[in-house]
Amino acid sequence: MTAQLPLDRRSALRAAAGLGLSLTFLGRQAFAASDEALSRRKLVVFVCRGAMDGLSVSPPVGDPDYAALRGEIAIASFGQPNGALPLDDTFGLHPKLATVHALALKGQARIAPAVATPDRARSHFEAQDVLESGTAAVYAESSGWLNRAMQAMGPARKVQALSVGGQAPLILRGAIQAASWSPGGYKDRDARLPAILADLYADDPLLGPALASGLQTEAMAKIATAAGGPAMAANGPQAPTTPPSGASPPQTPAGYQRAGQAAARDLGVTLAHFMTEPGGPQIAAVSLDGFDTHANQGGADGQLANRLAYMDAAIDGLSSGLGAEWRNTVVLVATEFGRTARINGTKGTDHGTGSTALVLGGGLKRGGIIGDWPTLQQARLFENRDTYPALDMRALFKGVLAEQMGVERRALDTTVFPGAATVEPVRGIV
Amino acid sequence: MSIDRDLSASIAVTRFGLGAKPGEIAAARGDPAGYLRAQIRPAGADQPDGAFESAAQRIADLRQFQAIRREARQAQVQSGVPIDPKADAKDDPVKQARNLIRDDTGEEFLARMRLAATTDAGFRERWALFWFNHFTVSAVKLQTAVVVGPFEREAIRPRVFDRFENLLVASTMHPAMLLYLDQAQSVGPDSRVAGMGRAGAQGPKRLNGLNENLAREVMELHTLGVGSGYTQADVTEFARALTGWSIVGPNEHPYAAGKTPGEFVFRPGFHEPGARRILGKTYAEGGIEQAHAVLTDLARHPATARHIAVKLARHFVADDPPPALTARLEASFNASGGRLDALAATLIDSPEAWDPRQRKFKTPYEFLVSGYRAAGLAPGELKQVAPVLTGLGQKPFSAPSPKGWDETAGDWAAPDGIVKRMSWSEAFAQATAPVAGQPLELARNTLGARLSPAVATAIAHAESRPEAFSILLMSPEFQRR
Repeated sequence: MTAQLPLDRRSALRAAAGLGLSLTFLGRQAFAASDEALSRRKLVVFVCRGAMDGLSVSPPVGDPDYAALRGEIAIASFGQPNGALPLDDTFGLHPKLATVHALALKGQARIAPAVATPDRARSHFEAQDVLESGTAAVYAESSGWLNRAMQAMGPARKVQALSVGGQAPLILRGAIQAASWSPGGYKDRDARLPAILADLYADDPLLGPALASGLQTEAMAKIATAAGGPAMAANGPQAPTTPPSGASPPQTPAGYQRAGQAAARDLGVTLAHFMTEPGGPQIAAVSLDGFDTHANQGGADGQLANRLAYMDAAIDGLSSGLGAEWRNTVVLVATEFGRTARINGTKGTDHGTGSTALVLGGGLKRGGIIGDWPTLQQARLFENRDTYPALDMRALFKGVLAEQMGVERRALDTTVFPGAATVEPVRGIV
Repeated sequence: MSIDRDLSASIAVTRFGLGAKPGEIAAARGDPAGYLRAQIRPAGADQPDGAFESAAQRIADLRQFQAIRREARQAQVQSGVPIDPKADAKDDPVKQARNLIRDDTGEEFLARMRLAATTDAGFRERWALFWFNHFTVSAVKLQTAVVVGPFEREAIRPRVFDRFENLLVASTMHPAMLLYLDQAQSVGPDSRVAGMGRAGAQGPKRLNGLNENLAREVMELHTLGVGSGYTQADVTEFARALTGWSIVGPNEHPYAAGKTPGEFVFRPGFHEPGARRILGKTYAEGGIEQAHAVLTDLARHPATARHIAVKLARHFVADDPPPALTARLEASFNASGGRLDALAATLIDSPEAWDPRQRKFKTPYEFLVSGYRAAGLAPGELKQVAPVLTGLGQKPFSAPSPKGWDETAGDWAAPDGIVKRMSWSEAFAQATAPVAGQPLELARNTLGARLSPAVATAIAHAESRPEAFSILLMSPEFQRR
């Protein structure tokens, strides 16, 4: 089979030839992968809401200032009981991130330890909007960068996207209707109703596409869950909080955590099955919340540790569920901002700036940390309180979209991340 | 109002209110705006039916439960008998207590939803829901789960037509808010207690620091709004002013003259001494009065008026609200000194609010409530509604963050949400569709002049009453308001 260039790239080439531009000017990126390979490429973005504490996710236990700043919530150094899982001389991973660590040892996980969006307001909501819209300023866009990236991939590449959870996250909203799915779907009691409603919604720009997409996804879910995805607990991606419901949840805190982690793993497995079905989504977004740890954050165990264990279980389910396709997949884990370098008065941390992003995938290039480490010296702290934002989050996003999904530089600089032409993509990830 | 009276009656009941009960649109037809104005009253919103405990009582009960649990665990460890995770709840006092606590919260949510489903004053209840969401306390942890209901009853409902300032102070002082946003243990770095901690060197347990969570969210979410010009320094200074706003602990005496555990208390020993400078103004040391004075100024700040005006217009009229309406609401807020009864009246009197276009998509809670109202019913058990709301992304009492539930169509009209609404509608219609009467009559009662010819035809052609009711519930005009 002869590999055909997608229309948009062909016309770009033709336009370039007409203008006398050389191919190298268009960038090597665009031709780094054949289209056959590109069509298998997958990207999953975990948005961790509430400001995930980078200094706990990838504790810099080798940084001389770390332990003193963190006090009783510091993660112990390498080799100590409940100590950090070593990555290099400076950084480890939180002890609950065992899956991520195992992947890192195989060169399939890397950290960006001092990354931030351009937003500095320390407001969860403003910063999440900036993170997901991919803009320099809040409310500049009402669509998400992942959706605009899909548009940039062009009509010739039929890319599908899926969000997991009852609500549609901003990161996937936009001109392309993304599917959304959460456990507990349509029972198919009366096959007439969907058809009647499809008629009534024919001219409804909101409900029409949403119903069509939802029904299609439900049909896929039947296959995905039948393909070995265990029955999923309701409310998968949310924190296993105490439900005021009549159901009979586990009775002990440890029971909640076990059930939560099992549900998280199932969520990852089911998502993997979705993505490996023929015509399944290449792009997915998952929201995790519960990271706003102002009080009693905990260290190797406790509040934050439980959320990280949940995330680790989801990554475990996803990476193992993808099987051979794991080598075609990149997972990005990002949060709206980090937390204060110092422990606060209530054994937690307040809103900060730089945090850690994780990049995982079976096809990653080996390498150290992504971006610079500004250290935790007092003079290097941002406004004398936060991890210094050494890397623009958009540089990471751009690099992943370019190398993993073949999105061209021009689109990245204009439509996907407007106003960010001067932000250089991170290179050498995939 | 130039639009016709039938349409106005339908808008009054379905957009300003919580959806039509049978006969409600007809009742509003004589004077739709007057029908709404009559629901404004100094006493505030209605209280849900039932004898529910106070926040203080709930907090005290929870702490007692936690003490029992600790003892039970210690006893278990000492006895050497391994914990049986499958042990029956009825044999285990700790599990019994936990279930009781959870059931109380569930009962309270059910009572709140029953009120919404049955009230004759739908606008008044929607107005209260707006303020619950503005001052969100969420059941994200057990200790806040038990006080969300009391917070709404004690801090919000009585003051929804009072001055905004009074509502703000009541919310900020309420034990539920102090727990939810981590204020209760925030200690001034140079306060007496912190000083004692250093001198006494009590090790890691000593209290010695500030928590700025409440200060930030009051400025960002409850009053000024993000991007209105306050700085990190303002947040930190306000957090210092708020130190000492706390809750009486179990068996506590020193600060607690006449107070019972779980109530608000000002702890002078936690309070950061000295003057504070916030938004360019200096606040002299004044103990509890210092943060109070800051709150008063925040309530009266022009940015607060703008923030509230935009949120109200977005809730009632359109995700992208008409500027003329927000300007009108802002002016009313400023002119009345933040009187919420005046603000409600201004909303009712604004022509933009009566725009016939349906630009609001119902949240899951609004959708279920309006479904019950259309059927003339109320949920009888929590399990009829809680799993559905959770599946639709709106778990009872559990907003995802202090910002509260999202308000826009983009947030709620996801494909998965539409499919789940359809699934619920079928099950609900199966169980509740009237066994007699004309389905079209029910549709007219529910939507009034809003009922479109296409939906009327589909209902008329339905093969059964439940199918007709499902179509009504899932119609574009019922999904919106």
